[in-house]
Amino acid sequence: MTIRHHISDALLTAYAAGSLPEAFSLVVATHLSLCDDCRARAAALDAVGGRLMEEAAPVALSEGSLAAVMSRLDRRIEVPARPARRADPRAPAPLADYVGGRLEDVRWRALGGGVRQAILPTGGEAIARLLWIPGGQAVPDHGHRGMELTLVLQGAFRDETDRFGPGDLEIADQELEHTPAAEAGIDCICLAATDAPLRFNSFLPKLVQPFFRI
Amino acid sequence: MTDKSNGTDWVALMRAIRDHRDEAAFAELFQHFAPRVKGFLMKSGSTESQAEECAQDVMATVWQKAHLFDPSRASAATWIFTIARNRRIDGLRKSRQPEPEDLFWGPDAEPDQADVYEMQQENDRLGRAIALLPEAQRALIERAFFGDLTHRELAVETGLPLGTIKSRIRLALERLRQHMS
Repeated sequence: MTIRHHISDALLTAYAAGSLPEAFSLVVATHLSLCDDCRARAAALDAVGGRLMEEAAPVALSEGSLAAVMSRLDRRIEVPARPARRADPRAPAPLADYVGGRLEDVRWRALGGGVRQAILPTGGEAIARLLWIPGGQAVPDHGHRGMELTLVLQGAFRDETDRFGPGDLEIADQELEHTPAAEAGIDCICLAATDAPLRFNSFLPKLVQPFFRI
Repeated sequence: MTDKSNGTDWVALMRAIRDHRDEAAFAELFQHFAPRVKGFLMKSGSTESQAEECAQDVMATVWQKAHLFDPSRASAATWIFTIARNRRIDGLRKSRQPEPEDLFWGPDAEPDQADVYEMQQENDRLGRAIALLPEAQRALIERAFFGDLTHRELAVETGLPLGTIKSRIRLALERLRQHMS
């Protein structure tokens, strides 16, 4: 997998600081599972957090807190098993936590034109969803009120800006009006997060929009 | 082999916890880190009782997940910070911080001692670089990690030289991947 589109510094810093809504963190964590370059960048930012914590003024714990923690520790030695194989090779662990088994078995809902989506159960104000776009098919032309992250899990799509293949992450802001289209061939499956409802520009999807919570 | 200027070998303590369920090692780690976790949480908006409860949970997680700590990729302080950050989100925001897939050495292997040493050197270097930052820049970084900077504010360059520590971690990841395959 050759990844060409990565997580921006700003987004990665927000992730390291723990200030992203869950839906965005899910996309970031899934990309980090596929991209060791970004994983290393994220770990470098974690190191900054570690230093800041190390240097923050310590605040004493209440009396007896060590004993309280000790009393609930499990004394068995954890024998680390190899990380389990992914139930679906296209879904790294953070995504698998939300999806369960194989991507095919997710409860997909039709959006028209063969395009399907599944909203994932995240908390917070942003929405995460899986998108399934048949090869050669376009996603309805849309802009966004906020930020949209799109991570390719299978296949590829192109829009006005570039081509996005497996592992690639597109970061789109409200300025971008784009018409992503899946490349001909294998269907394109993406994980996307938006911090505001998408606003579709053609008539029919607009009607569909409130119903599907896009 | 130190992880911090006071000379305590946190990596050795973490291994004692992992391999021997060493309670004295845990107590030593707790005395140092629990108050720092609590201070960090209070600085990021937790009440004292929330921070107390959360710090206790964080330290219990350190015990429980000791086998996931990889000193070739992070210092003990960094690793404990990530646990505290994630736990803070669980507790305060009633939301989750999804994490990347776990990567670890497994039951019969360890990272190279030289890589562990290099990682600690890099952490010390980073600590010195943070100490040398102009006050305004340091305040910005602290606000990013302790408070809530907007996305636009986060786009500001931190000015921290993270290139070498990143390369070091990248190398450690490569070795781990080779071992895992």
